[in-house]
Parts: sequence; structure tokens; C-alpha cells
Amino acid sequence: MAHFTKKSKAKPEISTASLPDIIFMLLIFFMVTTVLREQEVQVRTTLPEAEALTKIEQKRYVSYVWMGPEKLPMNRFGDTKVQIDDAVIEDLTNIRSIMYRKLSEQPRLIVSLRVDEESEMGVVTDVQGELRKAGTLRISYSSRRDISNI
Amino acid sequence: MSILAKKKKRDGAEIPTSSMADIAFLLLIFFLVTTTIDVDTGIGMTLPPEPDETTPPPPVSDRNMLKILINAQGQVLLEDLPSNVGQIRGEVLTHVQNNGADARYSDSPSKAVVSIKTDRLTPYNLYIQTLDEVWMAYFEIWDTEARSLGFPSYIEYRSDLESGGENVIREKWPAQVSLAEPDPGN
Repeated sequence: MAHFTKKSKAKPEISTASLPDIIFMLLIFFMVTTVLREQEVQVRTTLPEAEALTKIEQKRYVSYVWMGPEKLPMNRFGDTKVQIDDAVIEDLTNIRSIMYRKLSEQPRLIVSLRVDEESEMGVVTDVQGELRKAGTLRISYSSRRDISNI
Repeated sequence: MSILAKKKKRDGAEIPTSSMADIAFLLLIFFLVTTTIDVDTGIGMTLPPEPDETTPPPPVSDRNMLKILINAQGQVLLEDLPSNVGQIRGEVLTHVQNNGADARYSDSPSKAVVSIKTDRLTPYNLYIQTLDEVWMAYFEIWDTEARSLGFPSYIEYRSDLESGGENVIREKWPAQVSLAEPDPGN
């Protein structure tokens, strides 16, 4: 009897051993439910190398335009195509309305041109012409840092 | 009595698990810090606005314009002279910093314009190299100017400006790079 009373007097403590498990569970839950908006690039863009680079810190201003040879099955490449968001743009005059809409949503829009280094200037010029018509004048020629020169 | 006391002592020996949460948080923070999301880098440009019929383009005298022409074969013409990409930087530097000394180059840095004209079949890679050289020339000028103001480099000067204030260097040496409409290649 004396033994029982002694035990009930012991200070009750909440076990904290399972707290990490709870936190891990929460973490995993949020990791699983978060969907990163991933865009599948359907054209090859090996970026050219350059030195005079500036970083675009504000990622939310950036809109990408991919240009390069279209990826075909069996590791082959087709003609040079232009891709914005998820779609390959066949008629380049559509770029105007797409960019105009993006600009009205984000007035400080920067268009990052991710152009394959083996492209020719023709398609770049055409896209730039459309960008000028849309009024999206801030552009950036996306390039890699030239590693050999450091 | 003595047996009971001994038993109790053994039961109480437990590994403290309350610090497990801290360990998990430390791990989480470590991975948060070490993960880098790649930042997009590139050569920034501002395109000229769409020309309208009523206002003609501002006249630029021939001496203030440094013409760079790249043809479909990748040959560079610098002020109508055959040249190569490596010579562009030096030429832009003398052109911008001329201040009216040489009649072939610009009147003043604020009037100096660098014009790049390509062909429709010009390789994009070469165009980027050219643009890179032109911008590197301007970066060189800005770096020199920043050092005279007591900053180690132009980038330091610009990050110092973030809080506000005018970019005096950029105002004194404005980079005016114009992209000319290319010839229709054939």
C-alpha cells in the first residue's frame, strides 16, 4: 500500500520523445503536398558563355523565352522553335499578345531569353521585334559564366 | 526495502529525448542554408521602344557612333575595317573615353553610342561574345570610376546605392548600346 502512494506522488511529465516524429511528419506532409511548378523545356538550350553577367535577383519579375532546336525522340533535334511557358509557339506573332498580358500582370517584367548557342540571329531578332511591339523592353540574354577565364 | 530502492534507480535511467527536436531543427536549418537555388544570370539589355511614324529617331552624328557589323560568316567589321571580336573591347574603350580628342571617335561619353548590327544568319554565340566585349568595356570604365570614388569595384558601389541615391557613375558614363535592325540574309 505504501508503495502505491509513493508512486502516485511522482511528478507527472509529458513525454517529449515523440515531438521530433511529429515535426518530421509535418515536414514530410508539407514536402509531399507542395507542388513545384516545373516546366518541361521542349527545346535544347545550351547557353552561351559570357563575362559581363548580371544576376536577376527578383525571380518573380522574370519570364522565360526558350529558343533552340526542338527535342525529338531518339536524341535527335529538329528545327529551331520558340517556347514560352509550356507551349511551343508556332506563329511568332502570338508572342505579342502573350507578352502584353504578362506585362499587364507584372509591369516590371524582365524577359530572359534562353537561346541555344548554336542558333542564328534571325529567330532572336524576330522575337525581339515582337517583344518591342508588346512593350516588354527589359530583356536579358541568359548566359553561363565562362569558367576558363577565372 | 533496499531491494526496492535499487530497482527504482534502474528504472529512472533514461536517455533524454527532448533534444531530438533540436537536432532535427539543426539538420533542417543546415540543409536550408546549404541548398542554393540557381540564380539566372545574363547580359541585361533594354530594347528600343517600337518606333512610331511621327517622331524620327534622334540624329546621331557619325563620329559618335561606333559601328560593329557581324556578317553571316562570323566576320566582324569595326568602323568599316575588318577586325575580330578580341579588338572590340579596346575600340569601345577609346571610343567612349575619347572626349573629343580624336576626330574619329566620340565627342563625349554621354554622346557615345555603340551600334551592333547583325545578319539574320549570324551565329548567336558570336553576337553574345560581341555584346559581352562591349559590356566588359563599360564595366572596366565603371570600375575605374568606382575606384576613384573609393570603392573597390563598381559592383560594390552599386550595392552601396541599394538604399537609394543616384548612380553618378552610370550618369557620367551611360552605356548606350543600340541594336540595329539586321539585313535580311539570303
